Amino acid sequence: MAEMRVNLCGIDILNPVIPASGTFGYGYEYADLYDINCLGTFSFKGTTKEPRFGNPTPRIAECTAGMINSVGLQNPGVDRVISEELPKLARCFDKKVMANVSGFSIEDYTYTCERLDKCEQVGWLEVNISCPNVHGGGMSFGTSPECAAQVTKAVKAVTAKPVIIKLTPNVTDIVSIARACEDAGADGVSLINTMLGMRINLKTRKPVVANTMGGFSGSAIFPVAVRMVYQVAKAVKIPVVGMGGVACAEDVIEMMLAGATAVEVGAQNLINPYACRDIIEDLPRVMQKLGIDSLSEIIGGCK
Amino acid sequence: MKQGYFKIIKNIPLTRDVYEMTLEGDTSAITAAGQFVNIKIDGLYLRRPISVCDAESDRLIIIYKVVGKGTRIMSELGEGVSLDILTGLGNGYDLDKSGDKPLLIGGGVGVPPLYNLAKRLIAQGKNASVILGFNTEAEIFYEKQFKALGCDVTVTTADGSYGVKGFVTDAMDKDYSYIYTCGPEPMLKAVYARCNSGGQFSFEERMGCGFGACMGCSCKTVTGCKRICKDGPVLEKEEILWQK
Repeated sequence: MAEMRVNLCGIDILNPVIPASGTFGYGYEYADLYDINCLGTFSFKGTTKEPRFGNPTPRIAECTAGMINSVGLQNPGVDRVISEELPKLARCFDKKVMANVSGFSIEDYTYTCERLDKCEQVGWLEVNISCPNVHGGGMSFGTSPECAAQVTKAVKAVTAKPVIIKLTPNVTDIVSIARACEDAGADGVSLINTMLGMRINLKTRKPVVANTMGGFSGSAIFPVAVRMVYQVAKAVKIPVVGMGGVACAEDVIEMMLAGATAVEVGAQNLINPYACRDIIEDLPRVMQKLGIDSLSEIIGGCK
Repeated sequence: MKQGYFKIIKNIPLTRDVYEMTLEGDTSAITAAGQFVNIKIDGLYLRRPISVCDAESDRLIIIYKVVGKGTRIMSELGEGVSLDILTGLGNGYDLDKSGDKPLLIGGGVGVPPLYNLAKRLIAQGKNASVILGFNTEAEIFYEKQFKALGCDVTVTTADGSYGVKGFVTDAMDKDYSYIYTCGPEPMLKAVYARCNSGGQFSFEERMGCGFGACMGCSCKTVTGCKRICKDGPVLEKEEILWQK
């Protein structure tokens, strides 16, 4: 019998497969398609203090083995997420959900995390530090170890739930950012967020997405993600959640060998809405083929 | 929404760059005219959303224009090829609002979803009129098919090479109870400005998933943010906010 359970920052989950934020809404869209209780957990749509419409359309561009999105953190704001979205989710999901939080100032992050901390349904806070810091000249919090540590400390001070800092790959040295988060008290790190990308329409000579640039994701970024997960997992003692281009059960195992305790699946959900269910169903077969009895034993197993 | 495999039984050009593809498979998830399907194409990452022209029992007809790599690959697919398709996407048109004399207005590749709509309205005994707008005679398709349903059909061409010269709005001097329309945004805007009844307008947007998960195709409306793929593509006249 294949053992797929893993422990993520003190919480046992059925399996390491986690739909990534921004590709799974607040869960209930997918609950119409399959029983989402088969998931380890999922990371809900990036939530901010205030409601956000996001960027103008078009927001999506096709790429070779991937896509660009510039949705711009569209969400109804934390208060409505708590009053409307979480009750809807409770009707179809009986496990702890991972709350993905974004902000544009330290106060934004603490406001949102403080409120989500009080929600029984929330298991972990996944803090996205890829957003621009409006008080710091617009540079992303996640591009400097100091800013990343500052957000981590501030969030840790307002919640008792495990805090996972979601790192951007658009940096020179992701290891130093991960270490700074660990030193500041993070319970885990997740990586990689999307890579900054751009496409140009040859006929109009204009960028394909209205916001000029956007986040590149999909199978094409998988090798970059594996490399960064490997580097970070070697450097920190806290759990690492790996993501970036994961599309099948083999990818999940590769990510875990690189050092991931759990694995998020993003863009693949958009092209195959059943992707996470299919991966979970296929994992025992792949484990057996590779002689793996328990997934938790292969974490960081790359020789 | 349903995911399933469909076999191509016919894929033929209707004009120089507009194709009609007939597929065989389970169409049970398609419940309204004006819905769309999302097609996985080998070698491309995202699915391609295409409106449903007609669907009955196990037969699905889509009409698409070759505008890029995805539709070009589609145009080259032969009979017997199997495609992974998500069906039953989007809200579709609401037939209950039509009144006795609905007017259906389609422009270019906005014409196809009106075909199944006309079929359904006529089956209900409604006196449906159709205006089909094209740039020139060589681009006209489905005039005969709409006439065969029993619709009063007016064709407009921008260059006057066939039918009424001008745009669809130049043929709107009719008595109608309600408007159903689909076409390029400038056409929708012009129809909106001339429309003196209630109406439903079908919009197009670049999509990520096509089923409401990614927020790639959001738009602002009078009644709040809507996703073109899930809350649309059909919007009520009263809720439209023109952005650009």
